[in-house]
Amino acid sequence: MASVHAIPSLDEQYEFTAESKRRLIIGIVAGVALVGLGAYLLASGAGSHEAHHGAAHAAAGHEHAAAAHHEYKWTTRLWANVWVNAVYFTGISVVGMFFLSYNYLAQAGWSSAFKRIPEAMPAFLPVTGLIMLAVFFIAGHDLFHWTHEGLYDPNSPEFDPIINGKKGFLNTPFYLIRMVAYFGLWYGLWRVLRNLSLQEDLYGGTEYYNKSIKFGTIFLVVFGVTSSTSAWDFVMSIDTHWFSTMFGWYTLASWHVTGLAVMTLTVVTLKEQGYLKWVNQSHLHDLGKFMFAFSIFWTYVWFAQFMLIYYANLPEETIYYRERFSGYGEKYLVTFWVNLFLNFAFPFLVLMTRDAKRTNIFLKIAAWGIIVGHYFDFYNNIMPGTVGEHGGFGPIEFGMILIFACGFIWSLSTQLTKANLVPKNHPMLEEALHHDI
Amino acid sequence: MAESHGSASKFLVGIFDDDDVVLKAVKEVKDAGVRIHEVYSPFPIHGLDVALGHPRTRIGIAAFMFGLTGTLTALALTMYTEKLDWPMVVGGKDSYSFPVYIPIIFELTVLFCALGMVGTFIVSNGLGPTVKPLMFDLRTTDNKFAMAIDLGKNKLDEEKIGQILKASGAAEVNVKQF
Repeated sequence: MASVHAIPSLDEQYEFTAESKRRLIIGIVAGVALVGLGAYLLASGAGSHEAHHGAAHAAAGHEHAAAAHHEYKWTTRLWANVWVNAVYFTGISVVGMFFLSYNYLAQAGWSSAFKRIPEAMPAFLPVTGLIMLAVFFIAGHDLFHWTHEGLYDPNSPEFDPIINGKKGFLNTPFYLIRMVAYFGLWYGLWRVLRNLSLQEDLYGGTEYYNKSIKFGTIFLVVFGVTSSTSAWDFVMSIDTHWFSTMFGWYTLASWHVTGLAVMTLTVVTLKEQGYLKWVNQSHLHDLGKFMFAFSIFWTYVWFAQFMLIYYANLPEETIYYRERFSGYGEKYLVTFWVNLFLNFAFPFLVLMTRDAKRTNIFLKIAAWGIIVGHYFDFYNNIMPGTVGEHGGFGPIEFGMILIFACGFIWSLSTQLTKANLVPKNHPMLEEALHHDI
Repeated sequence: MAESHGSASKFLVGIFDDDDVVLKAVKEVKDAGVRIHEVYSPFPIHGLDVALGHPRTRIGIAAFMFGLTGTLTALALTMYTEKLDWPMVVGGKDSYSFPVYIPIIFELTVLFCALGMVGTFIVSNGLGPTVKPLMFDLRTTDNKFAMAIDLGKNKLDEEKIGQILKASGAAEVNVKQF
């Protein structure tokens, strides 16, 4: 196009102000205080909190009965919360890399205008990775039923032929190897792409771009496998008996749309702070379309998984939804519906019109809906299998979200300061600046 | 737009070689006080609809309405057949088990929307087996751009408009009568 847009400057540095740092520290302190309060309440109330037997117990079924051999500890809820948040923020972080990679592979131009934002997201991966490894070592037995030795011993009363059949995949050494491999590969490939991008800023030329396409493609191949297997490891293996062939896709869809929402929210927020002036309404429109489309995609996968299980009506499969729908005294029924509403109906209606996708406030509302909604997606997938009837939503949950969110924002902001906000030698930048739809 | 050409109308057609030139010409011709009937191009030109002053398309609303019709039809169909007319128990479920019918509801929504949009396209573009479309210049299907001006709807005379077209970059100016 011949139309010439005004380009203010090719240099723009994000400033991580002392004020924002102070707010984030307050957030983290408040989070720790809330978690402390929640932990105190749980610890002091643990004795009086006797299990509700009857309907809830019956619905929980075999899996729960087996787990009931072990004394429930209130700390399980603490670790389950860490796990939910760690999985959730791992997903958001890695989606930054995913987004960059498929945009490189597709040789997309428009996204280079704000590519520093997805580029800054995966820096949080080592944090969540280390947290998850630590939680696995500290509380692996409480969270993962399959880590119990007796399940694999034919002479033990705990012996479980079904879980024993999964031994080849679900065993501690292989699990740890996989865990290290996921984070190592994701983070390592991100570092490669990030370095190429920073060098491109300094030296220019298409060489870095071509290399980025190559490494982006390698990441996509890696992520194609690891997104599914990590979903099985991090989430599905909690309900050890149960399995769904849709689960890898389902978790990827959830991670992806959340990552897109975080990206959009960051772009809009930075724009409102006066940065990213060259990001125009067409970029926002496209980001809005991304959120809209992948919310529907998530719903499609959610429904595909639900539908097959509902229709086939096999007890070993329906138990998963029984637990979330009517099990544990309907403890998870509210979040079950909140999940569907915030992740499907809400973004679908808010982002449907063209104007909404071009208006900051609607994008922010939809992005917040998706971000909150998908937290509940992971909450609903992890909590029933780990804490079951002892679950709930109290200070400990709020506090943990606050700690992780502030940590993530801190990491994101730090990364944003480390590079020029304009990838000024990106070969597609010219195209991105004239993006017009 | 659906073309109505009951009475014979006379058009002046400016032929352009370049999309940038035609886009610039649209503004110039309009500024000179000429009403443009339509611009024909072999490919979509960014910003042309804005330059021509076309109102925002309402096709999204049409799509939504067609889709909604499909949704309601599917709801009525499944509810009537499975609950009212001939209740059946399949797989131990209630005779109207909503999740089972979501695929049908979804498919009919998409079907109605797609067919409705095809119909809208045909009607709004004046296409159809018996309708003869206005063809100002066959070369607009290849590599030329045509700006059509309805002389009956303009105050300026033919010669003046021809001069304006030439001045704004038209390679040739033809008269077309329907």
